[in-house]
Amino acid sequence: MKRKHRRMVIVAGGMAALGIVTAFLAVGLEDNLVFFYSPSEIAEKVKGPDQRVRLGGLVEMDSMAKSADGLTVTFRITDMAETVPVTFTGLLPDLFREGQGVVCEGSLRADGVFEAATVLAKHDENYMPKEVADALKEAGNWQGANGAGAAP
Amino acid sequence: MIAEIGHYALILALALAIVQGIVPLIGAQRNDAAWMALARPAVAAQFFFISTAFACLMYAFVVSDFSVSNVANNSHSTKPLLYKFAGVWGNHEGSLVLWVWILAFYGGLVALFGGNLPPALRARVLSIQGLIGVGFLAFILMTSNPFLRLDPAPFDGNDLNPLLQDPGLAFHPPLLYFGYVGFSMAFAFAVAGLIEGRIDATWARWVRPWTLLAWSSLTLGVALGSWWAYYELGWGGFWFWDPVENASFMPWLAGTALLHSAIVCEKRGALKSWTVLLAIIAFSLSLLGTFLVRSGVLTSVHAFATDPARGVFILGFLVLVVGGSLTLYGVRAPNLRSGGLFAPISREGGLLLNNLLLSTACVTVLLGTLYPVFLDVLGGSKVSVGPPYFEMTFIPLALPLLIVTGIGPLLAWKRADLAGALYRLKFAALGALAVIIVVVAVHSFADVMAALGLGAAAWLFLGVVTEIAERLKLFRLSLRDSLARAIGLPRQAWGMSLAHAGVAVLVTGIVATSTWRTEGIQNMRPGDTVALAGYEFTLNEVNFVEGPNYVAQRAEFAVTTDGRAVTLLYPERRRYQVTGQDTTEAGIHTTLLADLYTVIGEPDGSGGYATRIYHNPLVPWIWLGILIMVTGGAVSLTDRRHRVGAPRRARKPAPGARPQEG
Repeated sequence: MKRKHRRMVIVAGGMAALGIVTAFLAVGLEDNLVFFYSPSEIAEKVKGPDQRVRLGGLVEMDSMAKSADGLTVTFRITDMAETVPVTFTGLLPDLFREGQGVVCEGSLRADGVFEAATVLAKHDENYMPKEVADALKEAGNWQGANGAGAAP
Repeated sequence: MIAEIGHYALILALALAIVQGIVPLIGAQRNDAAWMALARPAVAAQFFFISTAFACLMYAFVVSDFSVSNVANNSHSTKPLLYKFAGVWGNHEGSLVLWVWILAFYGGLVALFGGNLPPALRARVLSIQGLIGVGFLAFILMTSNPFLRLDPAPFDGNDLNPLLQDPGLAFHPPLLYFGYVGFSMAFAFAVAGLIEGRIDATWARWVRPWTLLAWSSLTLGVALGSWWAYYELGWGGFWFWDPVENASFMPWLAGTALLHSAIVCEKRGALKSWTVLLAIIAFSLSLLGTFLVRSGVLTSVHAFATDPARGVFILGFLVLVVGGSLTLYGVRAPNLRSGGLFAPISREGGLLLNNLLLSTACVTVLLGTLYPVFLDVLGGSKVSVGPPYFEMTFIPLALPLLIVTGIGPLLAWKRADLAGALYRLKFAALGALAVIIVVVAVHSFADVMAALGLGAAAWLFLGVVTEIAERLKLFRLSLRDSLARAIGLPRQAWGMSLAHAGVAVLVTGIVATSTWRTEGIQNMRPGDTVALAGYEFTLNEVNFVEGPNYVAQRAEFAVTTDGRAVTLLYPERRRYQVTGQDTTEAGIHTTLLADLYTVIGEPDGSGGYATRIYHNPLVPWIWLGILIMVTGGAVSLTDRRHRVGAPRRARKPAPGARPQEG
């Protein structure tokens, strides 16, 4: 093979690889973006019970209840404007508390209950997820560092 | 007093770093030997002062001097001694001091062992190191001073985040930083080489051991973090594609690519500008890693210290370093004369393909990690990119990479015979095929991806064995002669084989545990038994125990299989009294084939407890594989030809002697 041919092969191989990867990336990102909504937004923005979304806000005080099997937990997430009931089966993270910020990932059922597949609470006890803080600010209920959860 | 000494030492170190960053650089341009010679004493003095500052901070932590704000915020008098030490870098300010200390340490190594480097190159490398030091020292002194005092001093401290009070995480940051900062060596050599306009085999020979050292530490550091997440978070998983994990994974991918392209650069004089670019990218991603973790732009389960004001500084620094070095690269790289032509099918071609796949993987991870940030900054929706994206993009790149890794070492330099290499790999191919068939037969076609993954791992492992066996002429010579050849084989060759075999073991562990993990979540009362994956787990009792600075609810699980006792497991749920924070300590029983993993949850108020039990097949292989990889790196580092400061060749080769191939 001549030098020119060699270069052609390498360039063509590189371009092909790049094309395939771009296709993968486009499809992968498109299908796997998980949108974050606050309790005020979720009802209108979610397209159906199949869409996987994140819901974030504060766990409403005295809203937590355990079912008889001891595994299914229900609670309500609020941004002080709207409230969404959540159901979750499994072990809650160590830092899950009423009155604290939380992010749930799952889907919104047709009956308006959010079915959480995972519940995220951060390691830091002062944790206020950035999205939650922003959502609270938008709803006009941000109380700053001394509020329901301290800003980082 | 001690804290003020530390603060003062940091200021002196900054002044020295400025001198080190400017004077030798100018000296090298002017060819002024005296100015260039200033680099080494400046490095030594800088190392001394940063060590002093580091020691002062450590002292403040060990004696619990709560008048120092950093100690008060991150320590407590009842904290065990190990975590008083680890607490030094378990927080933002202290971890940055560790960062610059390691930077100065690497600089010191160049000054110490760089006797045979051309003086101008050495001066420039040390200057670049000095300039990086200026950036970080200024950052510490301006935004993150670890020696700030509190008046009045609190009676006791706020304690270290309990999740960090763990042996795995005590050593995770130093190893990770040794890796991150290690890439600054490759970066400094790259920039110095660009300034000189000369990148040659000697240059690559110098870059390789540093990269290898950095890569080995980074591998160990990432693994330690992953191991910690596995046993401490209680989710049974070892990797979550979390932004902070990705932040350390991207430099690893770029560093692995650099490690391989530097070989081509050294042996064949090809891929020069690509290698230089990778060196710049690997270090830039290390800085980005620091930026992502420290700035608070990312929502993550692992980000411990976050402050947007600091983010702006690091972002500016990042722009300066990346922008500056890439501009220099743009100006100088076209003039680099690349030698060593090669056919697409050759060792070089294989390494190039490895590089393409690794850097593409790096780009996909980067995109997935930063896309939510960009979208947020541009005022779009708030999104997150989850594991499905990473798995979907990463696996199609990893599979061909494993296959190429199996073939590559059997290809000759310059021009190779692919058919011949494949023929030599017939046993590997048969083995891989057998693995795929067995997995599909035992499980089902639904697990075909797992079968392919395990097949690729088997292919790679058998490929490594084939290559070694050929080198030793195993079964063709007597065992004694083969042994002699094994001893005579360059350590670099052993290192490569070990590292590749480690990858095969690692991949096997990852594939098996991701595919065949079984999980049970249930409510149990003492005396209840749950069956999972052929084992019976009985919750014997739940007690309260007291630790040095926590109280714990501790469960006792008796594990049996076929009526035979296997082990007793003691998962805990700890509450740290100072912070009031709960942590999970999983109870894990490890065999070489699987982990039995138990977690105890909150009591339900009527005598029952939520429990989570996992059977994680082959998880130990993940850690074992990584250890083998790192051992490979260490073995390779001991190769005489890598030894820092070893002359290129001790004596002239005898006439007609063939140069050793590695």
